Amino acid sequence: MIVRFTLNGRDVAIETTADRRVVDLLREDLGLTGAKECCGAGECGACTILVDGESRLSCLLLAAQLEGRDVLTAEGVAAGDRLHVVQQAFVDCGAVQCGFCSPGMVLATLDLLRRNPSPTREEARSALSGNLCRCGNYQKIVDAAVEAARRLNGGAG
Amino acid sequence: MEVFFPRTLAELWPLKAANPESAVMAGGTDLLVRLRKTGERPPAIIALERLAELRRMSIEGGGLRIGAAVTIGELAASEIVRDALPALWQAAAALGSPPVRHGATVGGNMCTASPAGDTLPPLYVYGAAVAVAGAAGCRRLPIGDFILGPGRTSLAPGEIVTDIIVPLPTGGAFSAYYKVGKRRAMAIAVASLAVCIVRTADGAAGKVRLAWGSVGPTVISLPAVEAFLAGKRLAPDVLRQAGAMAAAAVLPIDDVRASAGYRRSLAGNLLLKLAALGDDEQEDGR
Ligand SMILES: Cc1cc2nc3c(=O)[nH]c(=O)nc-3n(C[C@H](O)[C@H](O)[C@H](O)COP(=O)(O)OP(=O)(O)OC[C@H]3O[C@@H](n4cnc5c(N)ncnc54)[C@H](O)[C@@H]3O)c2cc1C
Ligand code: FES
Ligand code: FES
Repeated sequence: MIVRFTLNGRDVAIETTADRRVVDLLREDLGLTGAKECCGAGECGACTILVDGESRLSCLLLAAQLEGRDVLTAEGVAAGDRLHVVQQAFVDCGAVQCGFCSPGMVLATLDLLRRNPSPTREEARSALSGNLCRCGNYQKIVDAAVEAARRLNGGAG
Repeated sequence: MEVFFPRTLAELWPLKAANPESAVMAGGTDLLVRLRKTGERPPAIIALERLAELRRMSIEGGGLRIGAAVTIGELAASEIVRDALPALWQAAAALGSPPVRHGATVGGNMCTASPAGDTLPPLYVYGAAVAVAGAAGCRRLPIGDFILGPGRTSLAPGEIVTDIIVPLPTGGAFSAYYKVGKRRAMAIAVASLAVCIVRTADGAAGKVRLAWGSVGPTVISLPAVEAFLAGKRLAPDVLRQAGAMAAAAVLPIDDVRASAGYRRSLAGNLLLKLAALGDDEQEDGR
């Protein structure tokens, strides 16, 4: 079948099987390796993408489910070479160690800030609780989420 | 494998009839994990996510009607659920993680019929009914009759759950959901307890409904413990006695998460959470 959806702001139409996992569609067919596969079972958040603005797990989504949807992956977050405020906050706060969890963490942070533009640390921890960081860099990731919110709310960057 | 997206129930029935071996998928957070683990491949999947009739929530005649394909995230974001059905709201907020909740549905939680399903104990204490439909018509049954055992429901082939109808407790009722897991997020319950208590004018417990998760093959109700607490002030010694009754009556198993003995103790001790409620009542009463 042909699945049509918007991917990082561009319309795509791709020939695939209806039950292909979205993580495979993105990584292997579309060459976008931002979404990582780790557990393949919903437990770790490495494969997080945004579908219609909401964080979803691409290891638990089938290609056909994307029909007509608006998909954002880590590759679509920056504007060209200019990092998004959330990405810049991750860099500035030292929230990236090996970086394996970072695409998912950044997208989960975007989902959080859309729902709650001024999260407390506790709210940020809870919103990011579906994303595991194998480097254990949670303090700085939460720092970055809170700092991104501050900058987006007009705080000096 | 084909994946179908019926938009209406009228479109769904012929699809089910033409694909009798197909699997129904709501959020897929149980189904896709299971298919991957077992290597099973149903010939087709019928997805409910674009079926508007199953995605609505509405107040109807003293109850909240929740479409089976409403997501757990939508429940956790609903003010009606938060204010009128706090035990269900707390359970939704404690299920999985945010991205899991954005897919997972209340109908899926029910049809998986896991003893650890977080929305189930609250639905038991609120006396929820399940609306089931098939090509031939609809029926409605209490949740306790819908769930038959671990992973087993009374759904006949070709039937789906369309709605869950939850009576709203009367004003002044207290309800809550207490979940114990290995960590605070993304943890299946080791034991859980939902309570719904209607208080009498003098601050004692009137009608008491209790339901435990993860301490038996399915959700456990203990009418004897409910009857013991009814009419009493929920003082710690009363709750300890009730806890001993509960610990003796539940049917837990050993598994990777906890031993049966630990689950038994938890089942009893979770009742002590209600001691704080007893204090409030005494303060209120004065
Ligand atoms: C990482 C992770 C963490 C989790 N944590 C928790 C947790 O903390 N607590 C918890 O309770 N659960 C948890 N779950 C399990 C799961 O998310 C829930 O049970 C969820 O509610 C299932 O809903 P779903 O819509 O995804 O179901 P699906 O996977 O779509 O369906 C599950 C089953 O129900 C059937 N079904 C679904 N809807 C209907 C319907 N309307 N009519 C008839 N049959 C139907 C399907 O055919 C399938 O057999 C977790 C899952 C994952 C992957
Ligand atoms: S790979 Fe999808 S959640 Fe782990
Ligand atoms: S930075 Fe290494 S996994 Fe998070």
